[in-house]
Amino acid sequence: MSFTFTPERRAKLDALVTRYPKKQAALLPALRLAEEQAGCIDFDAMEHIAEILDVSPAKVLGVFTFYTHYRRPGTGKFLVQVCATLPCALRGAESVFDRLASELGIGQDETTKDGMFTLKKVECLASCGSAVCVQVNDDYYENITADKVPDLIRQLKEKK
Amino acid sequence: MSLPAYEPVLLKYANQRGMHTLEAYLAHGGYGAAKKALTTMKPAEVIQAVKDSGLRGRGGAGFPCGMKWSFVPPPDRVPGPRYLCVNADESEPGTFKDRYIMEGDPHELLEGIIIACYAIGANTAYIYIRGELVLAAKILEKAVEEAYRHGALGPNALGSGFRVDCTVHRGAGAYICGEETGLLSSLEGGRGYPRIKPPFPAVVGAFGHPTIINNVETIANVPHIIERGAAWFKSVGPSDDPGPKIYCISGHVKKPGYYEGPMGITIRSLIHDYAGGMMDERPLKAIIAGGSSCPWIAPDKIDTPLGFESLKKVKTMFGSAGTIILNDSVCVVDAMWNILRFYAHESCGQCTPCREGTGWLAQIFERIEKGGGREDDIATILDVCDNMRGKTICVLSDAAAWPVQSILDVKNYPDAAIFRPEVEAHIREKKCPMGKHAPAFKEAVRQHGRISPRLVV
Ligand SMILES: Cc1cc2nc3c(=O)[nH]c(=O)nc-3n(C[C@H](O)[C@H](O)[C@H](O)COP(=O)(O)O)c2cc1C
Ligand code: SF4
Ligand code: FES
Repeated sequence: MSFTFTPERRAKLDALVTRYPKKQAALLPALRLAEEQAGCIDFDAMEHIAEILDVSPAKVLGVFTFYTHYRRPGTGKFLVQVCATLPCALRGAESVFDRLASELGIGQDETTKDGMFTLKKVECLASCGSAVCVQVNDDYYENITADKVPDLIRQLKEKK
Repeated sequence: MSLPAYEPVLLKYANQRGMHTLEAYLAHGGYGAAKKALTTMKPAEVIQAVKDSGLRGRGGAGFPCGMKWSFVPPPDRVPGPRYLCVNADESEPGTFKDRYIMEGDPHELLEGIIIACYAIGANTAYIYIRGELVLAAKILEKAVEEAYRHGALGPNALGSGFRVDCTVHRGAGAYICGEETGLLSSLEGGRGYPRIKPPFPAVVGAFGHPTIINNVETIANVPHIIERGAAWFKSVGPSDDPGPKIYCISGHVKKPGYYEGPMGITIRSLIHDYAGGMMDERPLKAIIAGGSSCPWIAPDKIDTPLGFESLKKVKTMFGSAGTIILNDSVCVVDAMWNILRFYAHESCGQCTPCREGTGWLAQIFERIEKGGGREDDIATILDVCDNMRGKTICVLSDAAAWPVQSILDVKNYPDAAIFRPEVEAHIREKKCPMGKHAPAFKEAVRQHGRISPRLVV
């Protein structure tokens, strides 16, 4: 079950390392590459990265856990992140979240049994002018209201 | 009232579809300013032009850009490489402007980067972009590739013999990486821990070398200053605080969004001329002028011009130009609790006053909102705020305390007289008078179990 970068991604990482005066600076990009390859980042990936960048696995783990945006193992296929910070809250973030929770039958930080959806409340996504903003994987869904939630879920289900 | 006569500068092309390509950029004279700077001007002349323009940083503190650049020590005093870091972390709640520059006109930013690198003698630039902005990062990466192919970036930038390398570096969801030294720690591959200043990054920055950190919008202004001259820049908006500006407005207005105009438009104009007026025609209750860290101001300040100097006069800040508008349906305690939860979540945890203070404040506000307010709460809150200000490595701690003081500390913030009675009513009546959080306090504790035992009545 060990993690190894595909030759293509390894080459990408090797090229990235040359962009910085210190190898370790490529740590965040390396985690992204692992995430892209495996869909999430597990301990094996962290150990692999530690070895390539000449740092201790503990260091990689410490860095990984500091940042909230990397995907943890067990995350659903669609990571649904509802912005709950003030500008979005003023325009109904709570009701968008509640509607998502009830339609999906899960709560904060939970994943549906079929592994399709994980639901999260997050902080400002830099899209406050199109509140409420919901980020699903890489994409922003803007101007979301509770009424639009069923449609959003349908759209996502069709995407698979 | 009507909009001032103004032709967009920063977003002129960004607001048109398909203008993000190199081809489109070159078609309207793109990279001309960088060529001019790198082949006909000395670095000191570029710095002087930016100084003369009066450009102030658009990332939050409003520090004069040219002056910051001049802090980089000369090579005979500090030899070795210099770096430019572009702050594209855009995480201050209420702020969403840099994103549209990067998505709509990435070459404008790259051209500014080339000129800034030349001015400060940096051969390497990093664009630190928050991880959530996947689309912007992709567009930027593509633009960087195009710029290398065109020869704008690379060993011989625009035929000048000066080398400029540029790398897009993605963050991963931490507000604190927007703080300039937190950004550096993160760039170097660590946790986003801010560092004690001095030494300032201009002397000891990325990888231990002199580094300038500037916001995306600051850098995007630079090519226009070189192209049209400092005098033109100074003529846009008030001459003591000038330039084109992207305003963000969110919350209870009809058309929230980002609008470009001259510096110094009034809050009233932003709400009514740009953003279509108040949502549902409801009255204004509070103004957060420049992002969630800013002290709140009362509706009677609506005719204040938006600028670093003018907002200082009414005891608040322009910050990152993220104006948040609250109408009369908002509960002051509920809204402040939301803001505090943000800071408690984003504190990096290095300093005790910040790590503990943000958490306590959030908990006390939650307790008051849910009907558990106590007579001495306001005194406790202000005491916690006092202990959070000016005592930590970075100003996140202060940034969490400012809005709280602005609604409670009548001595230092006159507008607190408008907001404080509502907090007092929560405490007196042991409930939210607006009925935002109906459950009785003890019930809330049972349900959520989230309130620190130390603070439970
Ligand atoms: C907690 C905190 C968060 C910050 N977040 C950002 C940010 O997201 N983007 C930004 O440009 N500046 C941010 N800043 C300001 C930067 O520290 C720095 O002042 C700025 O990038 C300098 O650029 P400028 O001179 O061009 O404004 C933040 C500051 C603090 C204290
Ligand atoms: S003030 Fe807060 S965010 Fe800043 S370094 Fe200290 S603990 Fe971290
Ligand atoms: S508050 Fe939701 S995107 Fe900014």
